[in-house]
Amino acid sequence: MSVTEFEHRHSAHCESGVISSMLRHYGLDLSEPMVFGVASALTFAYLPFIKMGGMPLIAYRSMPKSIIKNIQKNLGVKMHLETFSNKEKGEKRLDNLLSEGKIVGAQTSVYWLPYFPEEMRFHFNAHNLLIYAKEENIYKVSDPVFETPQECDRTSLTKARFTKGVLAPKGLLYYPTYVPQEIILEPIIVKSIKKVAKSMLKTPVPIAGLKGIKYLARSIRKLEQKDKRYAKLFLGHIVRMQEEIGTGGAGFRYLYASFLEESSRLFDSDETLLQASEMLLKVGDEFRVFALMVAKAIKSKKEIEYDVIATKLEYIAEEERAVYLKLLEFCAKY
Amino acid sequence: MEINGVPQDDSSTYANNKKAIYAKDEDGSVKIVGSSGWSAEEIVTKQALEDFLEHELEAYCEVKRGLKSPLYYHMYSIRMDLQLLADSTGFFKWSVKRDFKPEVFAKISEKRLSIYAEVMGIDTKQLKVVQEKNYECN
Repeated sequence: MSVTEFEHRHSAHCESGVISSMLRHYGLDLSEPMVFGVASALTFAYLPFIKMGGMPLIAYRSMPKSIIKNIQKNLGVKMHLETFSNKEKGEKRLDNLLSEGKIVGAQTSVYWLPYFPEEMRFHFNAHNLLIYAKEENIYKVSDPVFETPQECDRTSLTKARFTKGVLAPKGLLYYPTYVPQEIILEPIIVKSIKKVAKSMLKTPVPIAGLKGIKYLARSIRKLEQKDKRYAKLFLGHIVRMQEEIGTGGAGFRYLYASFLEESSRLFDSDETLLQASEMLLKVGDEFRVFALMVAKAIKSKKEIEYDVIATKLEYIAEEERAVYLKLLEFCAKY
Repeated sequence: MEINGVPQDDSSTYANNKKAIYAKDEDGSVKIVGSSGWSAEEIVTKQALEDFLEHELEAYCEVKRGLKSPLYYHMYSIRMDLQLLADSTGFFKWSVKRDFKPEVFAKISEKRLSIYAEVMGIDTKQLKVVQEKNYECN
């Protein structure tokens, strides 16, 4: 693997950002959207039975760590992942890897990272960042969702790596052991697009894919009968998952649209792919309108029109369906 | 969304940081633009923060009234809840709940106290008291 001077780049999402930086560092220059795309990371899932902070899990992307997993499967990259039974071992291992000149990915909680804005510090355990150097007791951190590199003291970083609870990181560290220097992306792109389109259109369980979006819409309608304070928190929670948690806007829809647009260039500006990208950008815009409707409802003293909000979400699901059908059209050509 | 449509609302929640949003450039490429904030997102983030603050103030008053132990207050002041505190310490939920009782907490073992202090990132002395707040409980 070739190694270059480490370069920090601003990304929308933590896991795809870390992987993109890591691969680039070791000689495979893939953009964040390309990493996100070939990892088939776009999805939707609404899991009312898994609660975090009293709110159901709503995800616009695949499970944490699935990007790390899928780039191995799809790109032939080899990653080494380690978790630790105790903090001392975890600290020592990180220091050793850094002294070997490696850059190291880590899973952390957001709450204990001192460089996060006070108002953004929540107990979310599946954050990813990259540690590229250490001076004295200060780690140099490339946190993809920040514009510039950050610093983190040893105590805070250890605390962030070893928080417990849902999605506990257990000190997870990861780094590549093999990075192919050249990849023929086209077939991988077709395959990964097909996977996303099919799972969004055809997942048999009602909690995932487009059915999941409609299920969420039905839950919004049912808020009518619930306590108003809870109803408002629930609505706000949806938008937080869609916008606040480093999604690149509109629950990763803009990021995936960027992947489709970038991919079209590899297929001689393929028209179908470009159209799908355009359509998904519009879907993203609709998600942003939905977010605005919710924000207004939260602020307003008037009765909330749950039905209007739910209908908007159902409309978005239908618009998104057209995108996946278009993508299958593209896949059928190759 | 087009690049010039990316909101630049200077949200306080971003604390002068910029967040990467993907948007369409004039040449048709979809790329990263730094956003200084978006009012809709700021509203929902602040809603969550206010919810934590309300819990914290309610807890503060309950401690003042002698109904709950300082542990109960500190849990909310660091944006945790019962489930997370139980998960973080490895203690059973019911036993954490017991420690919310002032009379139980008063007799807590040093060992148990130090586990709470460790996961909550405060020292044991701080954990045993609640600082006076400029807030009127009614």
